[in-house]
Amino acid sequence: MKREILFQMKSPYRDDFKIQGFRFGEGEKSVAIVGAMRGDEIQQQFTCSQVVKNLIELEKEGRILPGHEILVIPSANHFSMNINKRFWAMDNTDINRMFPGYDKGETTQRIAAALFDEVRGFKYGIQLASFYMPGEFIPHVRMMDTGFQNVKLAKKFGLPYVLVRKPKPYDTAVLNYNWQIFDTQAFSIYSGDTDTINKESAKIAWLSILRFLNSMKIIKKDMHEGFNSSVLHDNDMETIKSNQAGILYSQRGAKDEVKEGDLLAKILDPFTGAVRSEIYSPIDGTIFFAHDKPLIHQNTVMYKIVKF
Amino acid sequence: MIKTIISEGLPVDEQLLIRKKIIQNGTGPKRICIVTGTHGDELEGQYVCFELIRRLNENIQFLDGTVEVYPALNPLGVDSVTRGIPTFDLDMNRIFPGDPNGHLIEHTAYEIIQDLKGADMVIDIHASNIFLREMPQARINVQMSKKLIPFANLLNIDFIWIHDAATVLESTLAHSLNVIKTPTIVVEMGIGMRITRDYGNRLVDGIFNMMKKMKMWSGPISKEISKPMLSTTGEVFFMNADASGIIIPSVSHSVNVKKGDLLCQIVDPFEGVVLQNVLSPVDGVVFTLRTYPVVYEGSLIARIFSKTPCSDNL
Ligand SMILES: [Zn+2]
Repeated sequence: MKREILFQMKSPYRDDFKIQGFRFGEGEKSVAIVGAMRGDEIQQQFTCSQVVKNLIELEKEGRILPGHEILVIPSANHFSMNINKRFWAMDNTDINRMFPGYDKGETTQRIAAALFDEVRGFKYGIQLASFYMPGEFIPHVRMMDTGFQNVKLAKKFGLPYVLVRKPKPYDTAVLNYNWQIFDTQAFSIYSGDTDTINKESAKIAWLSILRFLNSMKIIKKDMHEGFNSSVLHDNDMETIKSNQAGILYSQRGAKDEVKEGDLLAKILDPFTGAVRSEIYSPIDGTIFFAHDKPLIHQNTVMYKIVKF
Repeated sequence: MIKTIISEGLPVDEQLLIRKKIIQNGTGPKRICIVTGTHGDELEGQYVCFELIRRLNENIQFLDGTVEVYPALNPLGVDSVTRGIPTFDLDMNRIFPGDPNGHLIEHTAYEIIQDLKGADMVIDIHASNIFLREMPQARINVQMSKKLIPFANLLNIDFIWIHDAATVLESTLAHSLNVIKTPTIVVEMGIGMRITRDYGNRLVDGIFNMMKKMKMWSGPISKEISKPMLSTTGEVFFMNADASGIIIPSVSHSVNVKKGDLLCQIVDPFEGVVLQNVLSPVDGVVFTLRTYPVVYEGSLIARIFSKTPCSDNL
């Protein structure tokens, strides 16, 4: 393993900002793995650190197969993470809306450019991602329908689901999309949590990455096969929105299997505790996404359920 | 009349309310909309809304048509000094045209578009951000420029910046309206968290001037409507910081500079040394200038418009 400083920038008064890379093996640029790009992506950073830990051990045991280079970048935004901010510490811009970056542009464009310069050209790109809405997911691999995506490869992670979704205009500036445009097979891994560490779901995520590396014959490790992933599109899911606002009393969460008519949650009056609304499942299925904050707005997505 | 477009429940005893003021007189079919407060820290538009409505109220007999004013598309943001949408951490100007079946915020964006749709002109007023001061200017997508430049010329601004089409910008309010043939001009002026009365008065004069040309206003208008520079007659130069440090300004905003003029210095207060003398690369006018002193490498310091010397002959 070679530990390198990939990007360095002075700050007026803070310590220098550095992006560190951990490089394993030599040869073909096989896999690049990127962890936290937002300051609240602590689960993503933790997951990435566990990937590094595992790769260090595998390397010691000679289990990284010859001819492959693996680059892991656990953190690209600890300037925000260290001060509890989500977006760039100075101007609140989102690094993951700046790709492919511009090395003569604004600070976060420069960071994105430096990062992209390091991770482009790899055969596979894996990002540990978070969603823009608060909530809990079933672990899954997400790909954008750019015409270049390869769903078969995404199934090699052995996570329960592979979600293929149509890109929206802002997606053209995210890492995953740009990887694909520049000929890298790109995968975003959603393990479920963001600003807290859930060791169980983090482990599912790091094992899925090792499983993928094993399956692509980049490392050699005896591993469980994982799930035979179901492939989903946006319209394969039923969205349930809140018809009231108030205190959310959830009874079911992500990963739960539910039957039509099951009570999923109650929305309570924040003054009297009276039940304002009871939310029932309209279908038989598995909860893919669940809102997990204790307060809920009206007309907000509470659940996404995959139909059986 | 004040009309509520959106009313959605917040968790504890409050509605998210988005409202507009409708001022109508006569039988004229024309309708213009003034929208602002998409970014909760941009407040220059607040004065424009106030002054426009004040002047209309005083002389309503000269209005023939409808003026609708939306002072706060992001009311939670404006009332809490938050640029994005509080609790969602989203830039509201990246979620249009919204989605009727989407999340609260996407649904809200969709309803806003439905409400503005069909207007004869929408002016979407922004005020830069807390870092940069902007000369009163219109920003227009090149694809819409033919249609919108004649209107932008009426607004009493200094500059019209025609920008390239970028996919990311397809999620803005202005683009979403323009593609459904509701002409929309983005005006950027001033600076975040402040109000510049002079700029506000100029734009209000410009709006009345535009209404006159649209035959919605028969009352008096300002005689001094400025003729804006058009970005396609020259080149826009971006200047970004080469060093992280503190900026000490040397020139003021909106001035003409010569190639080699000192715009500002980036200094290191610890050592008492100058890290960078920021010099103008061209002769031109400083239409964007950073006022916030702390910079990182890459922070935008200024934008200068330089007219091509023989552009008049082209
Ligand atoms: Zn704005």
